[in-house]
Amino acid sequence: MKRTNLTLWLAAGLVYIFLYVPLVIVVIYSFNDSRLNAEWVGFTLDWYYKLFNNQEMLLAARNSLIIAVSASLLATLLGTMAGLAIHRYRIRVLPFLVFAPIAMPEILLGVSLLLFFLQILNLTLGLVSIIIAHTTFCVGFVAIIVRARLQGMDDSIFEAARDLGATPWQTFRLITLPLIMPAVVAGALMSFTLSIDDFVITFFTKGIGEPILPIQIYTMIKIAVTPEINAISTLFMLLTLLLIIIANRLDSGILQEGKKS
Amino acid sequence: MNKFRLTRWLISLPPILFLLIFFAAPSLIMVITSFRFPGEYGGLAPLVAPETDTMAGDSSLYGLTLEAYRFFFSDILYAEIFLKSFAVAATSTLICLIMAYPVAMLIAQSAKKYRNLMILLVVLPFASNFLIRIYAWMIILGPESAFSHFINNMLQFFGFEPVMMLFSSFAVLVGTVYVHLPFMILPLYTNLEKHDPVLLDAAQDLGANRWQRFWRVTWPQSLPGVFSGSALVFIPVLGMFAIPDILGGTGDILIGNLIKDQFLGTRDWPFGSALSIMLMLVVLCVTGLFTLLARPRAPK
Repeated sequence: MKRTNLTLWLAAGLVYIFLYVPLVIVVIYSFNDSRLNAEWVGFTLDWYYKLFNNQEMLLAARNSLIIAVSASLLATLLGTMAGLAIHRYRIRVLPFLVFAPIAMPEILLGVSLLLFFLQILNLTLGLVSIIIAHTTFCVGFVAIIVRARLQGMDDSIFEAARDLGATPWQTFRLITLPLIMPAVVAGALMSFTLSIDDFVITFFTKGIGEPILPIQIYTMIKIAVTPEINAISTLFMLLTLLLIIIANRLDSGILQEGKKS
Repeated sequence: MNKFRLTRWLISLPPILFLLIFFAAPSLIMVITSFRFPGEYGGLAPLVAPETDTMAGDSSLYGLTLEAYRFFFSDILYAEIFLKSFAVAATSTLICLIMAYPVAMLIAQSAKKYRNLMILLVVLPFASNFLIRIYAWMIILGPESAFSHFINNMLQFFGFEPVMMLFSSFAVLVGTVYVHLPFMILPLYTNLEKHDPVLLDAAQDLGANRWQRFWRVTWPQSLPGVFSGSALVFIPVLGMFAIPDILGGTGDILIGNLIKDQFLGTRDWPFGSALSIMLMLVVLCVTGLFTLLARPRAPK
């Protein structure tokens, strides 16, 4: 028995190392005083300094934030509705519409939205088209989280509220919303992370002229690899780490409450 | 009663409308586009002939056509790219499975209080930006890296030619596995966690060795997890374009790169749409197959 565990620990340990070594290397090189990602020369904060003086990059960060906040708000609103509707009502098309965009390869959603925006809406591609595109796939993730929360609850609470004479709106505001709130917030955070991270769909629905963070990173990687990318990557990791920790707190909050009830 | 019916539609209509407009309609447009003629300067030729245009000979360029699909089957190159994408997807799914299994098994066997942390450790790197994770491998596999030097010194020591690891199919495979590994670990863990350890004890009491216990007890029970994990890796890999674009060489073009080029490079929209439709059909078949396989079955 002991030996099985040792082999298992060893194999799993190697995979964990495989998962983390690349990211650790990026972080280390972001402090390296050399233009090449090769030898360790000395500690520096130069790359961060350069980054914060890069106007294009700051604009890209601002644009990405605008997109992520708008898309996650819109997706949270629509996704919560969708989660509630899928849980309560049997509407045939809804689960398909909600889950299909996240089940297929991203490139298909990107390409079809590109065609739709240019051909039908005659929209100039830009922030608006990206916000709409991001919302389309984020709705599904919010709906999944909200529905999971609803499935873990006893539906008789809502019936009780109704029997006591509450209108649908009162039931929603006083009973349903407070109960699903942790899932709604977790869904919003997840949408934010997905949106700010998304490359493929952004790539197809972006316009010219508006710099967006992942596109900016892509261009830097493709054209000239400088340690500035390491610096922005490290900052990016810190941001997502923070969001994940918050979402995880909320999520475990959901689990604990679920156990109590 | 009316009030409740009203609520029902108030809740369901906004998401339905939004997704009908921004998901269903665009998909339909893509299908239609695949049957149209490409425009002279990229984009699309008009669907109906403009009234003023009386020039003869051009009339065949209006309306709908199967040209894009005919073009696909006219050159073996495109079928080869589809096959290659299939091969890359299958290989990376297999490697992901082999790497994910011990991790999922270890987490499922660990004490309950450590499980959430171990899962979090799997998900964390997955949360850092997708491009950054690929870029990290550019550093590691790059010609200047310590890893490259080590490998090439080894190769030279044994009398082989040094290799360039970056911009190769190998780099594409490494990047693909790295990015998609958590998608395999999570469903596998969810499945393994539900197994009843009593079955393993029983097998041991009946004289099964460790190998037999794994292949005859754990593995068959884990098949639904294996298949849903495989679907979560295989399908996105089939349509990816960024990883071969960044880590691959000129010969590592997959379906995704081909589609991307039609829209942002050569601008042949109908052909790009036809390729997307073919990809969609392949994905639907694969999804159907995996769903069928992942269905929990009664043990024989």
